[in-house]
Amino acid sequence: MSASFKHLFGIAQLSRQQIEHLVHLGESFIELSRRSVKKAPTLRGKTVINLFFENSTRTRTSFEIAGKRLSADVINISASTSATKKGESLLDTGETLAAMQPHVLVIRHSISGACEFLADFLPDTSIVNAGDGAHEHPTQVLTDLLTLHVQAGGVAGKTMTIVGDIAHSRVARSHLLAAQKLGYKVRLVAPKTLLPRGIEQFGCEVFHDFDAAIPGSDVLYMLRMQTERLTSNCCFPSIREYHEAYGLNAARLALAADDCRVMHPGPMNRGVEIASEVADSARSHILDQVEHGVAIRMAVLTALCGNSPESSPSPRSKRREKAESAMRAQGKLL
Amino acid sequence: MKGKMVNELLIRGGRVIDPANGIDEIADVLIQNGKIAAIGKKTAAAKKEIDASGLIVCPGLIDMHVHLREPGQEWKEDIESGSRAAVAGGVTSMCCMPNTTPRLDHAGVIRQIIERANQIGLCNVYPVGAVTKNLDGKELTEMRELARAGAVAFSDDGMPVWHGGVMRKALEYASSFDFLVIQHAEDLQLTEGGCINEGKISTQLGVEGMPAEGEDDMIVRDIMLAKLADARYHVAHISCQGAVEFVRQAKADGLKVTSEAAPHHFALTEEEVLGFNADAKMSPPLRCEQDRLAVIEGLRDGTIEVIATDHAPHHEDDKRCGLSCAAFGIVGLETMLPVSLALVRDGVLEMPDLLAKMTSNPAKLLNLDAGTLSTGAAADICIFNPDATWTLDRDALFSKSKNTPWHGKEMTGQVMHTLKSGRIVYTQGQRHG
Repeated sequence: MSASFKHLFGIAQLSRQQIEHLVHLGESFIELSRRSVKKAPTLRGKTVINLFFENSTRTRTSFEIAGKRLSADVINISASTSATKKGESLLDTGETLAAMQPHVLVIRHSISGACEFLADFLPDTSIVNAGDGAHEHPTQVLTDLLTLHVQAGGVAGKTMTIVGDIAHSRVARSHLLAAQKLGYKVRLVAPKTLLPRGIEQFGCEVFHDFDAAIPGSDVLYMLRMQTERLTSNCCFPSIREYHEAYGLNAARLALAADDCRVMHPGPMNRGVEIASEVADSARSHILDQVEHGVAIRMAVLTALCGNSPESSPSPRSKRREKAESAMRAQGKLL
Repeated sequence: MKGKMVNELLIRGGRVIDPANGIDEIADVLIQNGKIAAIGKKTAAAKKEIDASGLIVCPGLIDMHVHLREPGQEWKEDIESGSRAAVAGGVTSMCCMPNTTPRLDHAGVIRQIIERANQIGLCNVYPVGAVTKNLDGKELTEMRELARAGAVAFSDDGMPVWHGGVMRKALEYASSFDFLVIQHAEDLQLTEGGCINEGKISTQLGVEGMPAEGEDDMIVRDIMLAKLADARYHVAHISCQGAVEFVRQAKADGLKVTSEAAPHHFALTEEEVLGFNADAKMSPPLRCEQDRLAVIEGLRDGTIEVIATDHAPHHEDDKRCGLSCAAFGIVGLETMLPVSLALVRDGVLEMPDLLAKMTSNPAKLLNLDAGTLSTGAAADICIFNPDATWTLDRDALFSKSKNTPWHGKEMTGQVMHTLKSGRIVYTQGQRHG
């Protein structure tokens, strides 16, 4: 069975079967990265552009390595943006790059919905969401699912407890969607200042007391805390108090079952959401997640490029098409 | 008036509804020299006739909340294109909001707008003057001077008058001269960074929300200040349940508080934004179903006496940049009537009561010489078919801007003719010079 889709915007679009297919495909790629010659010809002749409007080291590198190990030509673009011009430069940059005929555009952007928005205008380019605003981060969640598949025999029936800045977390949202499809439970732990309104309607249990949420958890999933931005927004008073209430340290981990696993999408703030003694412990799967991230991105790129035609027409832009049809309507030839 | 030459037009056989005079009957409307000459049974043929059988004939609609963008942002709209959009929607009088460049905070700009609208001659334009200079929320404008120039009310719309002390003074000063203050009620500290209603959809999409409480709290404060100042206070584009209830209570307490609702707030909910639809983004935002129903109930029981569109044209460049960066606002002049007619079909309002909210009620509130078919009044008339269905095409809109959430949707109710001072300025599907 193939996971046939043109774009990867988010977990929302994927069926359970498609998710499982990608996880299994990812699993088959883990071994490739462990060889001495880390190269397969799968994506030879394919062009992948990583277009990152937000700072990212691991996700961008992960996509880059994934593409290169599959023999794709990978180009990285870090587009810095001014706050007000984000949108315009997004569309213009997207159209410009699409005109260069890549097979895949991998996009990270601070605007939720940036990928859907661009895809509307770029009908011929596959788009992969590498994180859009606080909306979705599908490859991170697929990565987490691969890690749990490999390390814990899957997620069905398990309870994942996600702790931290749920309000601004695309990872938490994607997990909520995946949990409904794959049958795992999600607990969210945060003060009300870090919980988005109405989150309880998305099939999760909400806790303000971290200790109360730990028993019965199979995974403790710690989110990165953007400490400076959030203290200035009155989301919590201090790092010290945050760590005391929501940080995962050894004492707190002792409340968990022996086989409870610790995960983190990175990068970590040691001493804030997670203590070093936990991050570096045998319970931590944080580096597994990083390794599996490469494998999952190989799987995603393979699934997308597998559908690309032998040759594509000249690149189309919706804006250009509209202008052309207007000219035709006026009887003017182009 | 020129000698014996009588310029006559007869609108024959329509259902004539004139809420200002309590008229609702099948009748003929005779127009002479641009004014209403008579309403009744007329057998003699006139030189020119419009067959209105099966149609409703009512005063040209009044939209008391419109952004015309002129002067300053003419690529989005100007007085001419806005006037064409207006008459295509059956609107013959509109109030334009002061957030132009320059702002409507000086008499000269007010006069310029009125003069330009008169030159175009399609639609009456009544400017709303700014409450504070440059809409900065700090110093009051010369309201008396602006009123003399033609301002019919005062608002900083686009922005709230957020400072409580300034709002108090604005209400006290305005009420000294019986001016109406219109508030865009938005607590900017609660809505900061938000782009759609705060709730299930904002959480699902991962975008910052604007809580309904950010509308409620400012209205509560303003009602207290309106009481203190014994002022006439009008809530623009009321959108949520709490706000409707506070206004209802204020009226029950005998305060001079009024409100208006925009068609999108009683026709649509936040679900419209799913798919990151920037053409469903406006401020206040589309709320949830319970708010929509509360607005409808407010319209039904009279808490909300006016329907106004908050027509807010934006160029595509300002809309196609991702939901959170997109400009707030949608165009509304050309969809006001069909969208509002659903209230009649759904049994919320009788047709005359609905039309009152777009004719006599705003006219009374703003003291306009419009919105009536009284004998001798200017023959500003809307003739529409309440049952005709058509599909809205954004590219067929007369407005320069195409930011509508109703593109491709079926509309029920169609304007067939619009008359301005007895002259046909719009006929369905046709452009008039």
